[in-house]
Amino acid sequence: MSPVIPLLILVIPLAMFLFLGLCGHKMSHRWAGILGTTGMGVTMVLAYITAFTYFFSGDPSFIDADTHTRLQAILFNQDWLNFYDKLVIRLGFLLDPIAALLLVVITTISFMVHLYSNGYMRDHHGVWEKGFQRFYAFLSLFSFSMLGLVVATNIFQMYIFWELVGASSYLLIGFYYTKPSAVSASKKAFIVTRFADLGFLIGILILSYYTGSFDFTDFTSAPVGGPDSTVYRIDPATPSHILSVFQNSAAPIFMGGSVLTWALVLIFMGGMGKSAMMPLHIWLPDAMEGPTPVSALIHAATMVVAGVYLVARLFPLYLMEPVALDIVVVVGAITALYAAIVACTQIDIKRVLAFSTISQIAFMMVSLGVARPEFHEGLGYMAGMFHLFTHAMFKALLFLCAGALIHAIGSNDYTAMHGLRKYMPVTHITFLVGCLAIAGIIPFAGFFSKDEILTATGEYSTFWYIWMSAVAGLTAFYMFRLYYLIFWWKEHKVPEGHHTPHDQPWTMTLPLVILAAISCVAGFVPMGNLVTWNGVEEVTNPNFFTNLGNLNWGVASVSLAVAIVAIVIATIMYRKENPLPAKMKAALPHLWEWAHHRFYWDELYQFITHKIIFGCICKPIAWFDRHIVDGTMNGMAYVTNKISYAIRGFQSGRIQLYVLWYLIGAVVLAAVTMICVLC
Amino acid sequence: MDINILYYLIPSLFMFCCGLYGFITRRNMIAILISLELMLNSVDINFAAFNRFMYNDQLEGMFFSLFAIGLAAAETALAIAIIINVFRVSENIDVDDVVKMKN
Repeated sequence: MSPVIPLLILVIPLAMFLFLGLCGHKMSHRWAGILGTTGMGVTMVLAYITAFTYFFSGDPSFIDADTHTRLQAILFNQDWLNFYDKLVIRLGFLLDPIAALLLVVITTISFMVHLYSNGYMRDHHGVWEKGFQRFYAFLSLFSFSMLGLVVATNIFQMYIFWELVGASSYLLIGFYYTKPSAVSASKKAFIVTRFADLGFLIGILILSYYTGSFDFTDFTSAPVGGPDSTVYRIDPATPSHILSVFQNSAAPIFMGGSVLTWALVLIFMGGMGKSAMMPLHIWLPDAMEGPTPVSALIHAATMVVAGVYLVARLFPLYLMEPVALDIVVVVGAITALYAAIVACTQIDIKRVLAFSTISQIAFMMVSLGVARPEFHEGLGYMAGMFHLFTHAMFKALLFLCAGALIHAIGSNDYTAMHGLRKYMPVTHITFLVGCLAIAGIIPFAGFFSKDEILTATGEYSTFWYIWMSAVAGLTAFYMFRLYYLIFWWKEHKVPEGHHTPHDQPWTMTLPLVILAAISCVAGFVPMGNLVTWNGVEEVTNPNFFTNLGNLNWGVASVSLAVAIVAIVIATIMYRKENPLPAKMKAALPHLWEWAHHRFYWDELYQFITHKIIFGCICKPIAWFDRHIVDGTMNGMAYVTNKISYAIRGFQSGRIQLYVLWYLIGAVVLAAVTMICVLC
Repeated sequence: MDINILYYLIPSLFMFCCGLYGFITRRNMIAILISLELMLNSVDINFAAFNRFMYNDQLEGMFFSLFAIGLAAAETALAIAIIINVFRVSENIDVDDVVKMKN
C-alpha cells in the first residue's frame, strides 16, 4: 500500500485546522462549516479505504495467509528529531488491527459530529454561534491529533499526540470562554490529565531507558522476513526478552514490585487520566460544559478511549506482568460500579451520559485486564476492542440526541423535558435505539460486545463476573430511567411565550439516524475475525451470523435477563409520574445523597489540593520564598544602599581630602607594620 | 665633620612634610602647586642622596632626579595653564569655589 493515502488521512485534518484557524474568520459561517465537513468526509473515505484494504485485501504485508495472522505494517516512518543515532524520535504510520479499527471509529464519529455541528451551532433563528469557524478549526485539530495517536509507530509519537488531544480537548471544553464554569472545567480537565500524563511520561522513560527503544514493534513484535522488514507480527518472545532485560538489570525490584510492573502501572496511570478511571475521573463530568457535539466526539467516543487503546497497544507487554493487568481489572471494576451508581441520581442529562461513559470505558478496561492467552485465546482483548467500537457508535448517538434535546429545550436537566416523545419523534426513536444498545438487548450492538466482556470476565473470576453483571444491570436501569424521564413521565407543558419543541434540521437528524442504524447492526461485525491480541483470526470464514452462532448462551441469557429485569424496574418506576422514586430516595437517603454528590470526590480533591497541598505545603514554601529568599536579596540590597548613603560623603571630589585620607591610611598601615615587626 | 646621609634626609623630610601640609591645607591653587613642587623636590634630594651614598658607581638616581625636574617643569606649565583657564571662567582660583564640574 502506498503511503499517500495514510499520509493524506493525517494531512487533510491538519490542513483544515490551519486553513480554518488562519483564514476562517474571513469566510462565511456556512462555507467554513461546509469546508470542514467536506474535509472530514474525505478523510473518512480515505480511512475506510485504508481499513478495508488492511482487513480484506489479503495483501501479504497485512495478513499471513498460511497461519491466518494479521500483521503490523509500518507504512512510513520519518525521522523527526534526531538527537543522536541512539535517540531518534520518528513520526510514522503503523497499521494493525486496532489502528485500522480506530481509524474507522474516529473518522466516522468525527464526520457525524462535523455534520451535526452545522445544525447545532446555530440557534432557532439561524443565527450562528460566535466563533463557529474557530470551533471547526479545533474539531479538525482534534481529529488530526487523535488519528496521529492511533497510528503512532512509537510511544513517543503517541505521547506527542496524546498531549495534542489533551490540548484540543481543553480548547473545546472552554469553547464558551466567557462562561466561568466552562473555563474552570477546561482547566480542570487539562490539569487532571496532565497530572496523569506525568506518570505516563515516567513510565515511558523507564521503559525506553531499559529497552533502548521507543518503537511499539520493539516491545511486542518480531519482524517478518528479515530485520529490515517493515512488516511485523505480534510475537510473545519479544516481550519476554524485554522482561528478561528488566530482570537482569541493576535493580530488578523497586518498592515491592518489579521495575517493569512499575513502568506498566505508570503508563496505565496516563491511561487512567485520559480514560477517566477512578480516582482521576473527576474531570470528565465537568467537561460536559463544552458544546454537546464535542462531548459526543471527544468525551464519549474517541479521546476517552485513548487509555484503553494504550493498554491494548502494549498488551503483549502487560501479559508479562499479570500484576499490572490485575490492577487494571480492579481499577476498572470499581470505576464501573461507582460511575453506574452515580449515573442513577444525576439530573443533568449530559452528566448521566458522562458517568455512563466512565462506566462503559471501565468495562473495556476490565475486559483488557481479564484477557489472558490461556482463556479463550485472549477473548477479553477482542471484547474490549469490540466494545470500544460499539460503544463509540451508540454513545455518540446518545450524546447527539442529548444535544438535539438541549438545543430544542434550552436546558440540560430532564426536569425541563418530560414527555417529549410526541414532539421529537426522530430523536425519541434514535435515543431508544441507543438505550437498547447500551443496555445490551439482542440484537443491538451493545449486547454482543457486553456479552463477550462478561464471558471473558467469567473465565477470569466468578466474583468479578457477578460484579460486572450487576453493573450491566445498573446500566440498563439508569439509561431507561433517563429515557423515561425525558420522553415519558408526564405530559410536556410548553411555557407561555416559548415555541413547541420539534425535531431539528436534517444536518442534525441525519447523523442520529445513521448512528442508530450502525448501532443496530454493529454487533454483527465479526470482530473475532478482525481484531485479536496476537493477530491470529479466531474465526476464519465469517458471515453475518457468526457472532450469533458463537454466543455463549449461558452468559448471554443471564445478562439479557438482568438487562430486561432492570428495564422493567425502570419502566415501573419512571414510565408514568408516580411516587416510587421518591419513596426509594427516602428509604436510602444517605446512599442517594452520596451518589447525587458523586460520593464527594470533588470535595475530597478540593480538600486535598486546597487544605493540604496549598495550605500545608505551598503556603510555607511561598512564605519561605517571600521572606527568606527574597528577604536575603532585599536585605543585601538594603544594607548596601544604607552603607552607600553613609559613606558617600567621602566621594566629595576634593583632592585634598582624598590626600588626607590617603595619608592617614598610609600612616596607619605604617604604624601597624611597625608594631607587627617590633612585637 | 663627617657628612652622612641623614644630613640630606632630614631637611628632605622637613621639606616633604611642609609640602604635604601645604598641599592639604592651602586653598589657593598656586599655593597647592608650590607645595606639590616642594614635595617633588624633596624626593629629588632623596634620589640624589641615596645614589651618592649607597650606589656610588651608578647614576640612575641622578638621572631620575633630572628626569623628575623636567617632568615637574612640564607639569607646572600644564597646571598653570589650567589655573589660568579656571580663573578666566570663575574669576577665582580657590579650590573650594571651583565646583562647577561637580554634580
